[in-house]
Amino acid sequence: MVSATTAPPSPHSRENAGKVTAAKAIAQRKRRSQILRTYLGVGFILVWGLAPFYWMVVTAFRDYRYTFDTTPWPTHITFDNFRSALTPRAGNDFMGAIINSLIIGAATTAIALLLGIFTAYALARLDFRGKYVVTGVILGAAMFPTVSLVTPLFQLFTDINWIGTYQALVIPNISFVLPLTVYTLTSFFGDLPWELEEAARVDGATRAQAFRIIMLPLAAPALFTTAILAFIFTWNEFLLASLLSNRSTEPVTVAIARFAGDNPFAQPYSAIMAAGTLVTIPLVIMVLIFQRRIVSGLTAGGVKS
Amino acid sequence: MAESARAGGANASGPSLPPQQAGPSLPPQQAGPSRRKRDWRPVYLIAPSMVILAVVIMYPVLRAVYLSFQSDRGFDQDTGRFIDGGFAGIAHYTRWIFQQTTSSLGETISCPPGTLCSNFWESVGVTFFFAGVTVTVEVVLGFWMAIIMSRTFMGRSLLRASVLIPWAIPTAVTAKLWYFIFADQGIANRIMGRQVGWLTDDWAARFAVIISDVWKTTPFVALLILAGLQMIPQDVYEAAKVDGANAWQRFTQITLPLVKPALMVAILFRTLDVLRMYDLPAILHGVSGASPTTTVSILVVADIRQGNFNSASALSTLVFLMIFGVAFIMVKWLGANAIRTQDAERKGA
Repeated sequence: MVSATTAPPSPHSRENAGKVTAAKAIAQRKRRSQILRTYLGVGFILVWGLAPFYWMVVTAFRDYRYTFDTTPWPTHITFDNFRSALTPRAGNDFMGAIINSLIIGAATTAIALLLGIFTAYALARLDFRGKYVVTGVILGAAMFPTVSLVTPLFQLFTDINWIGTYQALVIPNISFVLPLTVYTLTSFFGDLPWELEEAARVDGATRAQAFRIIMLPLAAPALFTTAILAFIFTWNEFLLASLLSNRSTEPVTVAIARFAGDNPFAQPYSAIMAAGTLVTIPLVIMVLIFQRRIVSGLTAGGVKS
Repeated sequence: MAESARAGGANASGPSLPPQQAGPSLPPQQAGPSRRKRDWRPVYLIAPSMVILAVVIMYPVLRAVYLSFQSDRGFDQDTGRFIDGGFAGIAHYTRWIFQQTTSSLGETISCPPGTLCSNFWESVGVTFFFAGVTVTVEVVLGFWMAIIMSRTFMGRSLLRASVLIPWAIPTAVTAKLWYFIFADQGIANRIMGRQVGWLTDDWAARFAVIISDVWKTTPFVALLILAGLQMIPQDVYEAAKVDGANAWQRFTQITLPLVKPALMVAILFRTLDVLRMYDLPAILHGVSGASPTTTVSILVVADIRQGNFNSASALSTLVFLMIFGVAFIMVKWLGANAIRTQDAERKGA
């Protein structure tokens, strides 16, 4: 699959020396057409990933009277849409929603990571009966339909007056963030050079000391990656938040979904695109900076654990 | 195979990990003599997570099952609190499955059009239709993308970052973005030069959901398959080439079987994800039983919005059973038994 540019000399080539030049020419032509197809594919994938996102950003910067312009570059550039999105008005406090999302995301990530470290250590490192049961429970929890939780939680939180509190959003979010952190960390922990831990224990450290002093620094990148993933997942959550929050605690996803502009009879597309750009830019920057880590975190959970 | 899987994983985890100077980790027999005694450490380490999962998942699920067998709660004007409605049997379940309801005269009638229960089987059909089409398109397209991304070319990491963007955009924003693209005067209709009612016409609306979801998650599928592709040792291909296998044979005889575990995990994850889909159709076409894109999750929320907690509980229990059933069948049939085989593989078995 990966380019055939440097095929090692095969044993056959010595016996069939005459055919080599012809084969070389064919191979070269093949290679050139493959390079061309690769770049066409790369172009397609780039357009796929970026075009709709680009269109959102362009619209966000375009004067709302020209929202449906089809020029592929921004015309009639203005920052009014961002101002309109961020101005608190009846029923819309986008700035507040961003702060809510930050609080909910940080709290959920911190709790899930703390609990996840212990469980992942045990799963990656210790042999015990019922390990598969635990792994199965956690994988099952990750695939669990969120909608099965909302009815009882909605009723419970109404009864105990939790609607409109942060804990009403943080605690249910743990149901899908914790499984994610556990299986991402388990997979990362599995790759750590545990011989160092053995060595520390031979030198007299307890298991806890060995983990804290030797392994935790080595695991830091994995923890960091997992934290990013957990944060992005919480930041993007919508179903739980749409039912369990009120105006004072709603996160950005809910705020965007019911975004209403100044004019009740027109869809405020430009302002929504501006709001969407604001919510997405931090994630895009994170993705660009930590691309390698995020990919390894995502695939570690899915492919290996 | 096991060796290369481990090496691939180490590289993917980032440059900060030292190279694998030592071989596989020590066999468990050497972990120490304490293994003979009952070892409580796993219990301490795992208990907190299990407790919290029990609280946030087990409790709501059991409570939902309980609620689904109860009559609706009444509102007591004197105390300002809700009072329980008593045992209802399987009435809520028959309401959904047989689409029957009780009329004001107390007789059992089939759900009148426009009520939520009249939409049950249609929304089940829509949900499975979404799952079938979306996962098929995503896997085929994702596989192709993964093959392109596994080649060597300039700006590889830039490409991988750019495919992560659709994945990282919150689904709520994705839905609003496509809502704009699919607007009557939107860019989609402009490019195609025709008026498609993406937000009004039944089938166009369904395909609007599918297109948005495929856009958002194909890159994720591609990355999962790419990770699987990278675990295949290159010398296998060289050997096959020497033996005269052509590109198609190499694909079907080497790539497909070796990438199968990653592929199965991607299919399983995505299928279950689409079966519980809520955000995209809810934001694109609204939360109601009447929308052509009402998935079962949306139907549950629509029922909650009408204040029918008990029948919503019954419906959410049905959704849970449906997804559990599909997961069970897929794990059995597709051999997506990822936990056991790959754990064994990691141990070098």
